[in-house]
Amino acid sequence: MKSKSSAKSAPKRVALVGNPNAGKTTLFNSLTGSKQKIANYPGVTVEQVSAFIEQDGVRAEFIDVPGLYSLDAVSEDEAVAVSVIHDKSIDLIVCVIDGSNLERNLFIYTQICALGRPIMVALTMVDRVEAKGEKLDVEKLSKFLGCKVIPLVGHKEKGIAALRTAIFAELANPTISGPVIDRTEAILPLKDRLNRMGFDLSVEELKAKIQEGEPAFEHYFDQFPELRPDFLLAKEGLERHLDPSARYHWTSKVQKEVISQIKKPRRAVTVTDKLDLILTHRVFGLGIFVLVMYLVFLCIYTFSKPAMDLIQNGFNSLGGVLGNLLQGAPVLRSLVVDGIVGGIGSVLVFLPQILVLFFCIALLEGTGYLARAAFLMDRLLGWCGLNGRAFIPLLSSFACAIPGIMAARVMPDQKSRLATILVAPLMSCSARLPVYMLLIGAFIEPQFGPFWAGFTLFAMHFLGFGLAIPVVFFINKKILKGKRLPFLLELPPYQLPKWKDIFIAMFTRGKVFVTTAGTTILVMSVIIWAAGYFPRYNIPAGTPPEVAAEIQLEHSVLGTFGKGIEPVFRPLGFDWRISTAILSAFPARETVVPSLGILFSLGKDDKKLDEKLSKKLIDAKWPDNKPLFTPWTAVGLMVFFALCAQCFSTLATVRRETNSRKWPWVMFIYMTVFAYVGALIVHLIAMLFGAS
Amino acid sequence: MTTIGFGELKKGMRAKIAETPEPKDQVLRLYEMGLVPGTEFKVVKIAPLGDPIEIDLRGYRLCLRKQEMAGFEVEILG
Ligand SMILES: Nc1nc2c(ncn2[C@@H]2O[C@H](COP(=O)(O)OP(=O)(O)OP(=O)(O)O)[C@@H](O)[C@H]2O)c(=O)[nH]1
Ligand SMILES: [Mg+2]
Repeated sequence: MKSKSSAKSAPKRVALVGNPNAGKTTLFNSLTGSKQKIANYPGVTVEQVSAFIEQDGVRAEFIDVPGLYSLDAVSEDEAVAVSVIHDKSIDLIVCVIDGSNLERNLFIYTQICALGRPIMVALTMVDRVEAKGEKLDVEKLSKFLGCKVIPLVGHKEKGIAALRTAIFAELANPTISGPVIDRTEAILPLKDRLNRMGFDLSVEELKAKIQEGEPAFEHYFDQFPELRPDFLLAKEGLERHLDPSARYHWTSKVQKEVISQIKKPRRAVTVTDKLDLILTHRVFGLGIFVLVMYLVFLCIYTFSKPAMDLIQNGFNSLGGVLGNLLQGAPVLRSLVVDGIVGGIGSVLVFLPQILVLFFCIALLEGTGYLARAAFLMDRLLGWCGLNGRAFIPLLSSFACAIPGIMAARVMPDQKSRLATILVAPLMSCSARLPVYMLLIGAFIEPQFGPFWAGFTLFAMHFLGFGLAIPVVFFINKKILKGKRLPFLLELPPYQLPKWKDIFIAMFTRGKVFVTTAGTTILVMSVIIWAAGYFPRYNIPAGTPPEVAAEIQLEHSVLGTFGKGIEPVFRPLGFDWRISTAILSAFPARETVVPSLGILFSLGKDDKKLDEKLSKKLIDAKWPDNKPLFTPWTAVGLMVFFALCAQCFSTLATVRRETNSRKWPWVMFIYMTVFAYVGALIVHLIAMLFGAS
Repeated sequence: MTTIGFGELKKGMRAKIAETPEPKDQVLRLYEMGLVPGTEFKVVKIAPLGDPIEIDLRGYRLCLRKQEMAGFEVEILG
């Protein structure tokens, strides 16, 4: 609270803009202490994000925007960046330029500086420049660019304080830089002649007239043949495609002037080249990719086991303790033990798995491997009318479909973007993990061993991806119209992942998972519990407690409802309890786990409160006393969950991103049909094999 | 000077862009990524099945499809 007056005045707005993967978000996080996602591929940030900081009584809003290659945006994320750049309320544009990739990064600078806005440059990745044995003359660069240039390393403290100071200094006293490339030169001869002839046209007016391409204006020069050569010169000079040439001519000149090789590079063949020799090998590349994915799921299955058991035991004993405490109040006791602890607890035990998954994905994203995987997948995705670019949003969807759908903004044309959005939720997201882990742990691992357990998990994740390909093929052929833009993907150098970035990824997504458990799932659990507990049924005295509990459950609201819908799911081999659990999971699919927990423990004797959910499922029986679950039933249920659109937030995101009501419905219907048919097929196969 | 189509490039070749197609919308982005006449580049890698292709130009790596580079003619440098 130093000076009240300035704190009150509207905060200054500072935008960090530049090429994708230039290090904008890294810088944003370092400057403001935020926790935005950072990864090593182009197109990580797809929305604008703000954070405020204050220095010497001046408050400033920092805005991180998606990367862009040119002001002529081709994709939605670039359009977001362009609109921020053109926003007149921005007080300072900080152009973030990757010093180790100067020639290409300067291209966007040549466009932005011509807008005549307050501007400065943050030069990132100077550590990489040094590693290449090069020296970058910052003074000289600053002269070429006509603005202040601060060299720095985004993830280290190096240069950050200097940048912050420079930003506030510029806010107080901005530098407006002009165009570094002036193609108006080409028009000047024509303008001079016209001016001499008495036409008072400014450069801008003339430019506009030439670019409009008005035939009347062109014919005018037919009457004055002596003007024609100058006109053609001007017209050619303004041609759109000459524009990039002229800009690159300038950037490569600057690059040569400011960068000099002072030492031999630390390594003759870069690590990136060595790694790529194997990782994107013609033959082994795809094999390695499949192996990597398999290892990911094996890690999830094995590494998180101990942590999971720990949490599980914790919740079970908590249930036991609370159960004893609430002995006197049966309704409350059941609500707390069966509904709340059993409900949220049964989902939260899967937090370790989910964190391991996020860890693995963050590792793939952070090293730069993801972009290579996209390179390898291009052909496969190309066959169905998408391209390798789509692989990145699809792989992100394995963590959660919502960021995946958002990430589809990087797709350069609307058609590919929509196709990517429509299949993103088919990728098996982390919320499906609890369902798989529960069922695999109960029915696959005990009978078939850990290898098949890992394999089943892998297969469930592969299923959605495998189906996405024909779906996109169909969508592209039959439904969507429009032109496609060429596939372009920058491959960044490999790097060691930064632990901080991995931690951020695990933390932010883990938080979402826990929050959902504490909100949606809690509410759903309590509803399911209440529907299963009430109304109380008059059970004749002397009935054994086990049977009494079952009769009560069958006569509850839930029981009546469940029996009503059972016929719909019966062909899939599911009884009324599984059917009810499936329906309860439409708002958020993880809910199925607490629902199963509640359904199978309400129908049980009070004494077995702290039994594991998997045990309860194993013990469950059909009325004729056959076991309810076979491994096939478990697989059928997993397939159903792998394919079904059970997530309101995803549908809401699709509605927002496509700006239409139609597409969420299309998605919901096709996925639900897939889920039903998929589970039906599993059940039919089971009946074929079960007979023998 | 002989030129060949972009699609005929082989791994390890160094080449220079000689001719580019009409600046339609689809092509403009390729220019903006630095694929303008006179640009020298090296073919780093060709994916299994011949597409996409990874090139090294202007100090960075770009991956694109040969198929979509119709109209780009290149001059082989070595
Ligand atoms: N060596 C080095 N790496 C950096 C530096 N700054 C960022 N990186 C890495 O570069 C990659 C891209 O960083 P981001 O901050 O996500 O880049 P961005 O500009 O926000 O990228 P988009 O959101 O895709 O536009 C990450 O892997 C960072 O760890 C730096 O100064 N030096
Ligand atoms: Mg970013």
